[in-house]
Amino acid sequence: MQTVTDLQDKALSIRRDILTMIAEAGSGHPGGSLSAVEIVVALYFQIMRLDPANCAWPDRDRFVLSKGHAAPLLYAALAERGYFPLEELGTLRKLGGLQGHPCCKTPGVDASTGSLGQGLAIANGMALAGRLDGKDYRVYTLLGDGETEEGMVWEAAMAAAHYRLGNLTAIVDHNRLQIDGAIAEVMSPEPLAEKWVAFGWHVQVIDGHDFGQILEAFGRASRQQEQPQVIIAETVKGRGVSFMENQVKWHGSAPNGEQLQAALAELEEGVRQWKR
Amino acid sequence: MEAIATRDAYGQALVELGEQNRDLVVLDADLAMATKTAAFKQRFPDRFFDMGIAEQNMIGTAAGLALSGKVPFASSFAVFATGRAFEQIRNSVAYPGVNVKIAATHAGITVGEDGASHQSVADISLMRSLPNMTVLVPADGVETVQAVRAAAAFQGPVYIRLGRLKVPVIFGDDHHFSIGPAYVLRQGSDAAVLSCGIMVSKALEAGRQLAAEGIEIAVVNVPTIKPLDGDRLVEIARQTGAVVTAEEHSVIGGLGSAAAELLSQRYPVPLEMVGIRDCFGESGSPDQLLAKYGLTEIDIINAVKKAMVRKRDARV
Repeated sequence: MQTVTDLQDKALSIRRDILTMIAEAGSGHPGGSLSAVEIVVALYFQIMRLDPANCAWPDRDRFVLSKGHAAPLLYAALAERGYFPLEELGTLRKLGGLQGHPCCKTPGVDASTGSLGQGLAIANGMALAGRLDGKDYRVYTLLGDGETEEGMVWEAAMAAAHYRLGNLTAIVDHNRLQIDGAIAEVMSPEPLAEKWVAFGWHVQVIDGHDFGQILEAFGRASRQQEQPQVIIAETVKGRGVSFMENQVKWHGSAPNGEQLQAALAELEEGVRQWKR
Repeated sequence: MEAIATRDAYGQALVELGEQNRDLVVLDADLAMATKTAAFKQRFPDRFFDMGIAEQNMIGTAAGLALSGKVPFASSFAVFATGRAFEQIRNSVAYPGVNVKIAATHAGITVGEDGASHQSVADISLMRSLPNMTVLVPADGVETVQAVRAAAAFQGPVYIRLGRLKVPVIFGDDHHFSIGPAYVLRQGSDAAVLSCGIMVSKALEAGRQLAAEGIEIAVVNVPTIKPLDGDRLVEIARQTGAVVTAEEHSVIGGLGSAAAELLSQRYPVPLEMVGIRDCFGESGSPDQLLAKYGLTEIDIINAVKKAMVRKRDARV
């Protein structure tokens, strides 16, 4: 059992990893990686049943990163959890290294993603298979809020409720920005919570950076037997780095050396503040 | 002559395999009666998933089932299975090499009266262009059952192209289909006809009629379009010196293209293509459409003669 302080420490390490690996790669998506750090840390270090030494363990919980451009976040979590050495994070986006978007040949990656809209359907299939086999594993999938503009998301939402996939939890990273601007201006998927309710899901809206709320929400979700659950996590894109927060331009650009140092220093400062 | 639609044989094969393999599951997109997966649904309701009219989600769900150890067969009409869900097949199935079988019925123009919106003329092309994808086009009911068995036993993505129309049963129980080989069904040295699907029986009929004129053609069944049996087809081109391809598909991207890619690089010979000439179909009876779009044994005979003239002139 991890304390919230342990999880916060882990979140800090993973933010450092994300920024460092994207800077090293020279490209990548920091904004939407940083917004979902607490959610993924909660899953990989507290909630999910995993065995990093046996990533094909049939009874493991599954995680599908439907918003595949947040790959640096997933890779950092997997490396910090022991699926592969931390040094491999330095191979992001390089020939022969970690792929720009998740590929299931990487240890611990449960599904290849990156083309938005497809992860929920894959998670549905995993949840159906678990039920057929009488297994009690759970399936988690993380979607972007902009991603819910894809029609296929709603095909999958309809199917999950139809098949009563109680073993499935989706999380929507509601950071309110997409590449072309604010989701409210580009193509509003709002009201999000009401849409998921209408599709037959158990819905919770939480602060996606508050570990207390995140853990509680996953706990409540896992007690739903008859209904898939969605957690709409209110988040800040670029969270943790003041000059990246709520800035569309950091959706998909890498910090240079100077910016990286400034970002890492800010993270340190932040730690000093909350530890005080 | 006995005739059975390959979609009917598919439905029977699924039930047979379902008895043997508890991990086999079937998905459909509201066409179970037409694709014939309904027989499986009836026998194994717990392992059948109707995904409604949502092909993209069907393919994604199949990928998730396969990633958790199931052997999913996903079915719809060929237009929708390969077209509507193309990018899901590309990114969620083919790229990671996930063990999903896509068995699509109502391929080609013999869909008939439903017209061009439902007549798939480019599905082989779409599936063949995807890395990691195996593409099978069985010629009759017997071969379909064997192809479905082989696909279930094979580890990796497979596309199986099936038809709506009853087609003559060509093969006996002694037929041994496996993924890969091309099968020489009739020997001859004047030309070779490489055929797949419903065009195999027409190629055989063309062979009989040409023999009456003193022309001996090799008739080759090419049920595996990808990976193509390259060495065998080169050998056949070498033996005959003239090749005709015959398929119920566009001449762009199908068996004809595959043969042209192969032979132009390894053993160029005169090549004629019998297929749909880069156009959409229309409503009509299957026989009317086959005649109008140039997919009869007469069309094969004419193509053989044309190829033989080119072969002769090239020698002069």
